[in-house]
Amino acid sequence: MSGAEFVPLSLTPLLIGIFAAIACALPGNFLVLRRQALIGDAISHVVLPGIVVAFLTTGVIATAPMMLGAAGAAVVAVILIEAIRRLGRIEPGAAMGVVFTAMFAAGVLLLEQSDTSGVHLDVEHALFGNLESLIWLDATGWSSLFDPAALAGLPPELPRIALALLGVALFIGFFWRPLKISTFDEGFAATQGIATGALGIALVIVSAVAAVAAFDAVGSIIVIAMFICPPAAARMMTNRLERQIGWSIFFATIAAILGYVLAGYGPLWLGFGNSVSAAGMIATVAGLILAVAAVFGPCRARIGAPQGG
Amino acid sequence: MLLDALTLQLGYNATLVAVGATLLGISAGVTGTFLFLRKRALVSDAISHATLPGVGLAFIVMVLLGGDGRSLPGLMLGSALSAWVGLLAVQWLTERTRLAEDAAIGSVLSVFFGFGIVLLTVIQNMSSGRQAGLEGFLLGSTAGMLFSEAAIIAAGGALSLALVLLLRRPMTMVAFDPGFSASAGIDLRRIDLAMMGLVLAVTVVGLKIVGLILIVALLIIPPVTARFWTNRTDGVVALSGLIGGVSGYVGAAISASAPALPTGPIIVLVAFALFALSLLGSPQRGVLAAWTRHRAFQRRVHLRQGLLALASGQPIYEKLTLRLLQRADLVRPDGVATEAGQARAEKALLDETRWDVLRRSASLEGTAAFYDGLTRIEDVVTPDQLDEIDAAIAAGAEASS
Repeated sequence: MSGAEFVPLSLTPLLIGIFAAIACALPGNFLVLRRQALIGDAISHVVLPGIVVAFLTTGVIATAPMMLGAAGAAVVAVILIEAIRRLGRIEPGAAMGVVFTAMFAAGVLLLEQSDTSGVHLDVEHALFGNLESLIWLDATGWSSLFDPAALAGLPPELPRIALALLGVALFIGFFWRPLKISTFDEGFAATQGIATGALGIALVIVSAVAAVAAFDAVGSIIVIAMFICPPAAARMMTNRLERQIGWSIFFATIAAILGYVLAGYGPLWLGFGNSVSAAGMIATVAGLILAVAAVFGPCRARIGAPQGG
Repeated sequence: MLLDALTLQLGYNATLVAVGATLLGISAGVTGTFLFLRKRALVSDAISHATLPGVGLAFIVMVLLGGDGRSLPGLMLGSALSAWVGLLAVQWLTERTRLAEDAAIGSVLSVFFGFGIVLLTVIQNMSSGRQAGLEGFLLGSTAGMLFSEAAIIAAGGALSLALVLLLRRPMTMVAFDPGFSASAGIDLRRIDLAMMGLVLAVTVVGLKIVGLILIVALLIIPPVTARFWTNRTDGVVALSGLIGGVSGYVGAAISASAPALPTGPIIVLVAFALFALSLLGSPQRGVLAAWTRHRAFQRRVHLRQGLLALASGQPIYEKLTLRLLQRADLVRPDGVATEAGQARAEKALLDETRWDVLRRSASLEGTAAFYDGLTRIEDVVTPDQLDEIDAAIAAGAEASS
């Protein structure tokens, strides 16, 4: 395929997909190890009411209020889960289930009640995203990458998700040692003077930021899949956290590229006319990677894992 | 309008939906109780999301066979099969790999759901060209429900309810003490699978009414709500079924009473409202009750400390203590004890002295554990023991003088 076709139509969705996948997979490593994997699931459900409320209060589809609304809803959900868990003495899983389903239901109800027919805001869009539509119309070929006029026409989702990825990476790099220690041995971390509670909340907030930024571009399926599948697959490959993170980035990238290509061109190869959902395909490929790792990964078993892996 | 809906006066379809939603709510509430007691509430999330690829595949197969892709029994069968595969995947990942259950749940639900979305887009592109309307299964769609569909939902709900009641003994045992039930000859794996099978049945039955994203709420919220009101398993099961049924019925009625009120979300929100009421108002475990108990305890401590201070002639500066003493007419506004106050203060001091002796006595060591600064000593020792203590106090007073 020539650059004239690839750059405007496929380069930006591909890059957005990769960045979103990595931005979610990075904090996902810690969430999986801390047994908080379902936080991603909860966050991606509660983002919907946040976005709807932001739309109803401002009346326009603008990015800044929606991101704020989504982040606010995520914070409200985390506080509610914690409050219900403590006040009602309910196990965390059930508390989470109560909060995110109720908030999602409220979001759907608000959406149905309000007049959103004139704007592009519906439940399906929130779930599936629309990766394929994030095209770069101003580009004419590879040379556009160096052309300021064409670069100005980049879809705004790309710099946004890149920024989120950078923020997530900086957070993890900066707090690497405390994060690692408190993930594996919270008690020891506390004796070393690490504020484990604050760090845990910070990790959830960073995950929420990554989820909201990715959600904006690619919908909530990828968010949940990428929080869990690449880190879980990476966990089967090694016993060292550094290598696990490396593997998870690798798996996330592979899933994003392969998923996008399969969704875009797979049906054509099979003789069908139209492409299928890229977000769904990326999640599917991530699941296949996890399945392969779970069957063949060198460190897949809970006991008897090879030494020094 | 709402009253009409609640009394089933809004016509045939609304009545069908209301009856179906009530039965669904009851069986979901009863089934969900065991899931909640086993602390595996979120497994149902994986199961419900895993139904989507089955719905899509069943549609494709039925169209390819030349039938109508939208036939509900076929779609329900397909969704049950793929949810079963998803459930087995969760079990396998948890048992055979190092992944914890939450990671297994999350990966299965996202991957199956993603694959389901791929299949939905495939269906949209299929040459049959007809609007499949399968998106309705995401959030439920009750408009234009057929009698046959309602009958299937009612039969499925009743069947799963009967199975739950049949299996409730072993499921309760497994939930509370897996080790003991295994030693009593119960096959843990089989009971767990049966429980999950029931959850799966409820999910599949509920697809049409509340949709696969929100059916989890009907399995989780009623048992959590019921748990606030009773400590007995049978009570939680019955109450949870009742709460589920009421949510289904009232939710369906509200949704039928006005346009743009989708059934599934309304049912979930009604259940959540019941949950919020219970969280606040339950007499044993509720927030209000806990707060009242806390305030009562605080008052008793302040009153006691105030009385002790009066007895030893110390001035009281603490505002709450002063206010409490004044309100009980134990001190005058200038801080001097009234007659009643003096009597109570002396009694408190005597009580405290007696406790002092009791805690030093070797023979009453066990009783000393009851000391918390509030319990009256008469409540924990016999009159004979009390006489002994008083004798010891008198002897101590003589020795020191």
